[in-house]
Amino acid sequence: MAKLNTNSNAYIIIYSAVLVVIVAFLLAFVYQALKPMQDENVELDRQKQILYSLNIRNLDGDEARAKYKEVVKAEGEKDGRKYYMCSIDGENVLVVQLKGMGLWGGISGYLSLHNQQAPTVYGAYFNHESETAGLGAEIKDSRAWQEQFVGKRIYDDNYEVVLSVVKKVDDPTTQVDVVTGATLTSNGVDAMIKECLQNACTNAFSLFADIMKQGAQEQAPVCTAPADSTAACQ
Amino acid sequence: MALFSKQNKEVFLNPLNIDHPILGQVLGICSALAVTAQLKPAIVMGLAVTVITAFSNVIISIIRNTIPNRIRIVVQLVVVAALVTIVSQILKAFAYDVSVQLSVYVGLIITNCILMGRLEAFAMMNKPWPSFLDGLGNGLGYAMILVIVGAVRELLGRGSLLGIQLVPDVCYDWGYVNNGMMTMPAMALILVGCVIWVHRAYFYKEK
Repeated sequence: MAKLNTNSNAYIIIYSAVLVVIVAFLLAFVYQALKPMQDENVELDRQKQILYSLNIRNLDGDEARAKYKEVVKAEGEKDGRKYYMCSIDGENVLVVQLKGMGLWGGISGYLSLHNQQAPTVYGAYFNHESETAGLGAEIKDSRAWQEQFVGKRIYDDNYEVVLSVVKKVDDPTTQVDVVTGATLTSNGVDAMIKECLQNACTNAFSLFADIMKQGAQEQAPVCTAPADSTAACQ
Repeated sequence: MALFSKQNKEVFLNPLNIDHPILGQVLGICSALAVTAQLKPAIVMGLAVTVITAFSNVIISIIRNTIPNRIRIVVQLVVVAALVTIVSQILKAFAYDVSVQLSVYVGLIITNCILMGRLEAFAMMNKPWPSFLDGLGNGLGYAMILVIVGAVRELLGRGSLLGIQLVPDVCYDWGYVNNGMMTMPAMALILVGCVIWVHRAYFYKEK
């Protein structure tokens, strides 16, 4: 057989076609084979984030899954946002999913709230896709910054969201200091909180009415039934 | 030719000293700056690049006589891209939290000059085993620098190594502050410059 002419047009075209087909099959196979494990990881990460927002950190793997099952009683979705009703030490805590825009990409997180005469923050966890390391990324990496949210009041008497992230803190009961050097990312967090918490109580009540009514009989619920559709919480 | 003949040993050891990809040839700097803010992603990145360089070298070396000359760069790219995608999927399945930290940067290994450089300069013209050693040597040389820069940046920038707090709280109380600049890429560039300086002064022996 004559020596293969590796520079002939026919050879080049056939070679590229075969190479592409082989690579495509290989990648599809690897993707299929690993998808179950990856989905498991993504799900575990989501559960861990919700636990972080409930101030339950340092749990991993099966411990985290078990704690999640134990703590999260119900979940629901409204207006494209997820809500989770949890029970910690007999107290009802609502977890609200947060989604917003940071400086370079999306930011997200979970905020948990409970009722102490008025809805207050129980815990918070923030995440980001591509914020600057050491600056914007501190919303995720700095546990101390996230813990500043604990105990802050969320709504004012007109049921507007007053929980905010500001440069100069005038009212420490509702305001959190921005991350130094990450003003724009912090502004993103501020906007995200305001948007996602605006209707949190109304939505939560429509999703978890039974649990919240039950709670009304035993102890102070997260939010009581709104008298009319315009009031966020009573 | 013996497995570890003198020639093969040279092929493996050269990139660790004289022909070091970062210190000697100044290739692959980009990711050396981006992922070295902490030590753990730096180690994983170094390992990923080593594995990918070594295996892509072998694959290209095996098919080197069949690759048409006109599309050889494209074929090299396809092989590297496929390998990087597989490695990134494996990371996502087995080491999820690290893969989240490395996210974009693993994909950028495809553009890492070291890989294309070694494929063009070595794998296209040598047998599989020496190509494997060459890939291994270059990858390990690269990983070495990443580990050094990553360790310094994490220790001085966060006071920890591999997430374990090393600077005791007592020092913070005395007024010691973490060097914030260490967490920025600019510092990584300066550190690489310092390492090149030390390397040239004490370890570099001109042939």
